[in-house]
Amino acid sequence: MGRSTTTTTTKDAQALFHSLRTAYVATPTNLKIIDLYIVFAIVTALIQGVYMALVGSFPFNSFLSGVLSCVGTAVLAVCLRIQVNKENKEFKDLPPERAFADFVLCNLVLHLVIMNFLG
Amino acid sequence: MARNLGFLVLALLVLASSCESTIFNPVSESHRSAALELFTPTDGSFGSLEETYEALKTFEVLGIEKKPDIRTSACASVVDTLLSTSTAVKDLFHALRVNGMLKCELNDEAFAGIESRLKDSLNNANSLLDFYYSIGGLVLIKDQTSAVDVLLTDADKIFRSIKALSQSDGRWRLNSNNPESSNDAAGKALEALAGVISLASSEIDQSLIATLKNDIAKLFDGVARYDDGTCYFDEKLVDARGHQGPLSASTSVVRGITAFAEVTTESLNLPGEKILGLAKFFLGIGIPGSAKDMYYQIDALACLENIRQVFTLGSIPLILSLPATVLSVTKKDQLKVRVSTVLGSSAPPLTVKLMQTFISGSKDASIIDQKLNFDPDNAVHVLETLPTNVDVGNYIFSFEIVFDDPEQKKNYATGGRTKVPIHVTGAITIDSAEISILDSDIGSPETQKKLDLPGENAVALSANHLQKLKLSFRLTTPSGHAFKPHQDFLGLVEKFYYLSGKYDIQLTVGDSVMENSFLQPLGHIELDLPDAPEKAARPPPQPVDPYSRYGPKAEITHIFRSPEKRPPRELSLAFLGLVFLPLFGFLAGLFYLRANLKNLPKSTVPATFAILFHLGIAAVLALYALFWFKLVHLTSNLYFLLAVGSIHNIEGTWLIGNVLDVCRAKDTIPSCIHIGQVEICVISIPISRVSSR
Repeated sequence: MGRSTTTTTTKDAQALFHSLRTAYVATPTNLKIIDLYIVFAIVTALIQGVYMALVGSFPFNSFLSGVLSCVGTAVLAVCLRIQVNKENKEFKDLPPERAFADFVLCNLVLHLVIMNFLG
Repeated sequence: MARNLGFLVLALLVLASSCESTIFNPVSESHRSAALELFTPTDGSFGSLEETYEALKTFEVLGIEKKPDIRTSACASVVDTLLSTSTAVKDLFHALRVNGMLKCELNDEAFAGIESRLKDSLNNANSLLDFYYSIGGLVLIKDQTSAVDVLLTDADKIFRSIKALSQSDGRWRLNSNNPESSNDAAGKALEALAGVISLASSEIDQSLIATLKNDIAKLFDGVARYDDGTCYFDEKLVDARGHQGPLSASTSVVRGITAFAEVTTESLNLPGEKILGLAKFFLGIGIPGSAKDMYYQIDALACLENIRQVFTLGSIPLILSLPATVLSVTKKDQLKVRVSTVLGSSAPPLTVKLMQTFISGSKDASIIDQKLNFDPDNAVHVLETLPTNVDVGNYIFSFEIVFDDPEQKKNYATGGRTKVPIHVTGAITIDSAEISILDSDIGSPETQKKLDLPGENAVALSANHLQKLKLSFRLTTPSGHAFKPHQDFLGLVEKFYYLSGKYDIQLTVGDSVMENSFLQPLGHIELDLPDAPEKAARPPPQPVDPYSRYGPKAEITHIFRSPEKRPPRELSLAFLGLVFLPLFGFLAGLFYLRANLKNLPKSTVPATFAILFHLGIAAVLALYALFWFKLVHLTSNLYFLLAVGSIHNIEGTWLIGNVLDVCRAKDTIPSCIHIGQVEICVISIPISRVSSR
C-alpha cells in the first residue's frame, strides 16, 4: 500500500508540475520578465543571507539594508505583476504605465532609505 | 584736692594671700577719666536721683571741673520729687542730697512741708532704714536752709530705738523682726545716730554716746584683713539689689564713723594701721568697673582723706607707690618713689629710706639703709644708683618713711615698712661659645669651631650616630656673676625618625631679666644615621599639598572594546562576485525571453523625452551615490532631490503618450511595454490615451 501511495504521490506531483509548466508558458512575456526580476532579487537576498551566516551579523544594519532592499524590490515587483496582469479584474482600470511608474517611484524611495541605512 | 602732676602706672591688686608685697597707687588721672566714662548722662540726666547724687559727689571729690551739665533736668526732677505729696521718704532723702549739691530753687514753704513729712515718718519709723532716711533728710534740710526748724525734741527716745537694733558684736540689724545683722546696717545706723545727735534740741545723755563708742570699737575688732595689711568689712548677706558686698559695707562703715566723729567731741581711738588697711583696700580695687563701685570707692577715700579734720587723733593714711617697678641695670635706671595721700595730695616733708633688699624666694636680706633724695619738681624720691649688690633678677625692696617733724607721726599712718617687688633687668654678655663634635663622651673633639654669639654664625658640621654634639657658652651678668638663664633651647629635633640628611641648628637663649635675649641660627649639620629598625616611629606623613588636586592626574589607560572579528578579505570579495551572478542571470533570462529591447522612439520630441527620462533616473541614482560616498549631505540636499524628481516627473508625462503612439502604430502589443520606456507618472494620464488597454 505504501509503495502504491508513493507512486501515486509521485505521479501526481509529476502531473502537477507538467500542468504548471504548460500553464506558465502561456503567460505573457511581460509577466515572465517581472517573475524573472523577482527571482533575481530573492536569489540576491539569499546569497547575502548565506554570507551573513558565514561571517556573523556585524554590522547588522548593513545586512538588514541589503536583505531588505532585495526583499523590498521583490515585493514591489509582485505588486507590479498583480496590477499589470490583464486577467486580474480588480485592476482593470489601472493603466500598466501607471503601475510601472509607481513601481519605479517606490523603488527610488526604498533605495534612498536603504542607502542611508547601509551605514 | 591737689592734682597729680604725672601719670601713674596702674598697680594691679595682687590677691594671692601668699604675696606679701603689693603696690597701691593713689587716685590718679586714670580715675578721673574713668569717672567721666562711667558717669555718662543719658538724655541729659544720670537716671534716678540716687545715681545723680553719686555722679555729682564723685566729680566733686575727684575735682573734675568739666562735668556734663545736667543741672536743668536734675533740678526739675528734684523739685518735682520734693513738692509731690506722694513720694516716699527714701526719694525725699535722695532729692535733698542732690539739692544740696546743685542748690536748686526751693522756697522755705517747700522745705517746711518736707520737714513735716519727714518728722511724721520719723515718728512712725520702725526699721533702721526709715530712721536713716528721715534723719538724713532732716540733717540735709538743716544744712540747706535755716528758716525751718528741724530740731528733734525726743532725740533720746529716737536714739534708744535705733540703739535697740544693735548687736553685741558691733553690727546692727535692719529691723527688729530680722535677726540677721550686717556691717552695712551698722554704718547706716552710725550715720543716723550722728544725725540724731546733731539735731537734738537738748543734750543727749553722754552714757549713750559712750556705749556707741564701744560699739564702734567692737565693730573694728571684727574687721577682716588680707595678708598684705588690707582691711575691710565683710558682708555675708547679699540683698536683692546685689550691690551689697565688702565694698559697700566698708564704705558705709567709714561714712558712719566719719559722721559720728564730726558730732562728738571725744576721740575715737581707732588704730592707725586699720585706717591704713582700709585705705589700701579701697585703693587696691584700682579702677572700678561700675559707676556704683566707683562712687563707693571715691566716697570712702574722701572720708579717709579728711579724717584728720574729724578725728582729733586720727591718722591720715599715706601711700608709698612706685611709678616703675622694672629697672634696668644696663641702662642705669633710677629708682623713683612717690609718697602721697589716698586722693593724691602731697604728704608732709618726709624722707624715704631703702632699708633692705630681699631676693625673691630666699630669706636672705641685705641691709642697705640708704636715703632717697627728694626731687621737689616732680615730688618723687629718687635713688640715683641701685645698691651694688643688686644684680639682675627679682627683688623685694623694703622702704621706710621717716618724717622730718617727728610730731607728724601721730597724724599719719604709714604702716611701717612697705615691701615692693622690683624686677631688675640687664644685658647679659655671652662669651667663650664653641660647638664641637666629639667621638665619645670623653673623647677628643673631632671638629671644634668657635662661635660668635649673639652675632651671625654659619658652621657646617657633619656627624654620624656614634658621635656626640657639644655646645658650650658662658653667660655673665652686668655685675660679673654667672648667669643661668631660664630657658635655653638648642633647636635640634630630638627624634629624627632615623632620617639622614642636613639639619639646621638654632640656639635660643632668653630670660625675663635678660634684655638681650636672642634666637640665632648657628649653621647646619649633616647627619648620617643608620636605617631605621622595624619598630622605630615612622616620620609623620607629609601634609598633602592642597593644590595638588588641580594638577594633572594619573594617566588612565583606556581598555578599548576589542574590534569585531572581520571576515577574511578573500571571502568578502568572493561573495561580492557571487552577488552579481543573479544580475547576469536576469539579463540572460531577458535575452532568452526575447524581450523587446529595441523600441526606442526615433522622432525628435519623443526621443528627447526618452533621454530625459533616463537621465532623470540616472540623476537620482547619481545623487544616491553621492550621498553614499558622503560627498553630499543628505539632509541639506533633500530638497534638491525632490526638485530633480519633480522635474523628471513633469516631463515624463509627455513621453508616455509618445511611446504608446509608437506601440500602437507597430501593433506589437505584448512586447511593446518595456521597462526602460515607461514613464514615472505622478500626474495622472488622460483617460483617453489608456482606454485602449
